[in-house]
Amino acid sequence: MTDFIYIYVFMLAAFTGYEVISRVPVILHTPLMSGSNFVHGVVLVGAMVALGAADPNDPLQLGIGVVAVFLGAANAAGGFVVTERMLAMFKPGKKKEGTK
Amino acid sequence: MSIDLPIQVSYLVVAALFILGLKAMSSPVTARKGILWAGIGMVIATLVTFATPGLHNFGWMIGALVIGAAIAAWLGKTVKMTDMPQMVAIYNGMGGGAAAAIAALEFVRYAAKGETLGSAETILALLGSLIGSVAFSGSIVAFLKLQGIMKKAHRLPAQNFFVVFFTLATVALGVWIAMGAGLDGWTLLGFYGLSLLLGVVLTTPIGGADMPVVISLLNAFTGLAVGLEGFVLKNPALIIAGIVVGASGTLLTQLMARAMNRKIGGIIFTPITGEAQAGAAIQGTMKEASAIDVASMMRYAEKVVIIPGYGMAVAGAQHKVWELTKLLQEAGVTVKFAIHPVAGRMPGHMNVLLAEAGVPYDLIFDLEEINEEFGQTDVALVIGANDVVNPSARTDKSSPIYGMPILNADHAHNVIVNKRGKGAGYSGIENALFFGENTRMLYGSAQSAIAEVIAGVKTML
Repeated sequence: MTDFIYIYVFMLAAFTGYEVISRVPVILHTPLMSGSNFVHGVVLVGAMVALGAADPNDPLQLGIGVVAVFLGAANAAGGFVVTERMLAMFKPGKKKEGTK
Repeated sequence: MSIDLPIQVSYLVVAALFILGLKAMSSPVTARKGILWAGIGMVIATLVTFATPGLHNFGWMIGALVIGAAIAAWLGKTVKMTDMPQMVAIYNGMGGGAAAAIAALEFVRYAAKGETLGSAETILALLGSLIGSVAFSGSIVAFLKLQGIMKKAHRLPAQNFFVVFFTLATVALGVWIAMGAGLDGWTLLGFYGLSLLLGVVLTTPIGGADMPVVISLLNAFTGLAVGLEGFVLKNPALIIAGIVVGASGTLLTQLMARAMNRKIGGIIFTPITGEAQAGAAIQGTMKEASAIDVASMMRYAEKVVIIPGYGMAVAGAQHKVWELTKLLQEAGVTVKFAIHPVAGRMPGHMNVLLAEAGVPYDLIFDLEEINEEFGQTDVALVIGANDVVNPSARTDKSSPIYGMPILNADHAHNVIVNKRGKGAGYSGIENALFFGENTRMLYGSAQSAIAEVIAGVKTML
């Protein structure tokens, strides 16, 4: 049962992902892609856990782990900065017509 | 690998922040709040992970984290707005690479201890590695293409055969590994090598116009890979964030493909290329106009519609175009901007670029809103756009872009096309609009050509 619960998690997360963006205007397609690119940067957490469990005396394990953390951190940090810069264009107070 | 309750609770909060953040990012009013929430979620997730019991190698961990984050953040801050799409591509590729590397580390770690992962974990880890590796190498190819380092769409002879062959070979090797046939170094190396090659083979033939859809698809791939590795590590934050992105990324890919009237399968298996299908030959000649002719046509028009494309953005001419717009408005001309769903390099990219130049939203119209109006438009000014105004998409069944919705610029009384030279555009397809009876070509880079037109209009005020 404990393992089967993961299949439920998978299914519910998939439905959530589909629902959450179902009515997005075209003008937000690129920022939203960038934003979801940032969210999967959470892979950093997995990379940290994996590197943290690696054998400190095995250079191969350390090497792969360091690469994983480096790539994950770049995904998260770069994704955030790029998305934030794009969305900074949508300042409140400007006219909001044409954003359908 | 059991996780403490406080960490579990934090991951739960993180998952909620990610989902609410994505939800907020799908409306222009709340979008900025959305990225902020997701950002807070990421910081919490990273900090609590340090408290996971039994971890070591903190020196390496912090070093790699700080360097990776610093380089990526600095690049992200300094890159030009026009180059944003390839930055999204490269960061996405890094995420996919990280997911693949996590699985590789787990395999090596278990092998060193003389143990093996459970069979379910092995299958999930391999699947995540395959998808993550494809996202990694595919995104690098996408980056190189958008950056202009890799210019042409190369097609292998029997391209579709190779795609199927590499997919089957990789999956077969994966199944062989999962059945317990040796998790030795060479087999694993072969598996990762094949997966990376598959990513290259898949993306190399894809033409520039289809790139946004491909990046979006690879983004969904990375999400799925992250989610699968989350199952291997039993980490709920990875599972939920990864699968949510995988699903929303798939939907976003479909929405983009629909906006371009393309099928995702069609993009991967029969990409648009100029030489694959030539389309019907186009009769007629292109007629040139000088900047001063263009200035007078626009100054004495009642209604002008500007159709900006990527060429304008690359030339950095959006500020000049906005200056011209303000001059024309002073002269009493109605000016509107018409944005094709895929103007720029990605849906919504052009809106961002125009917003950066200060063009107010209420002058910007999308395809459905403005297409009826071209019949009553005196001048349609096409700046650095090509395929999105090609009337062959409506009429010529043999054209590779037949069926794609286009802006009906050819219905305007006069069409002015600003273009650097006479060649075919980014996708290599000839454009019948340029040969039209009412079309005049204004050659030159958008920046200098528009500056000349502005100078011309100023003499007529």
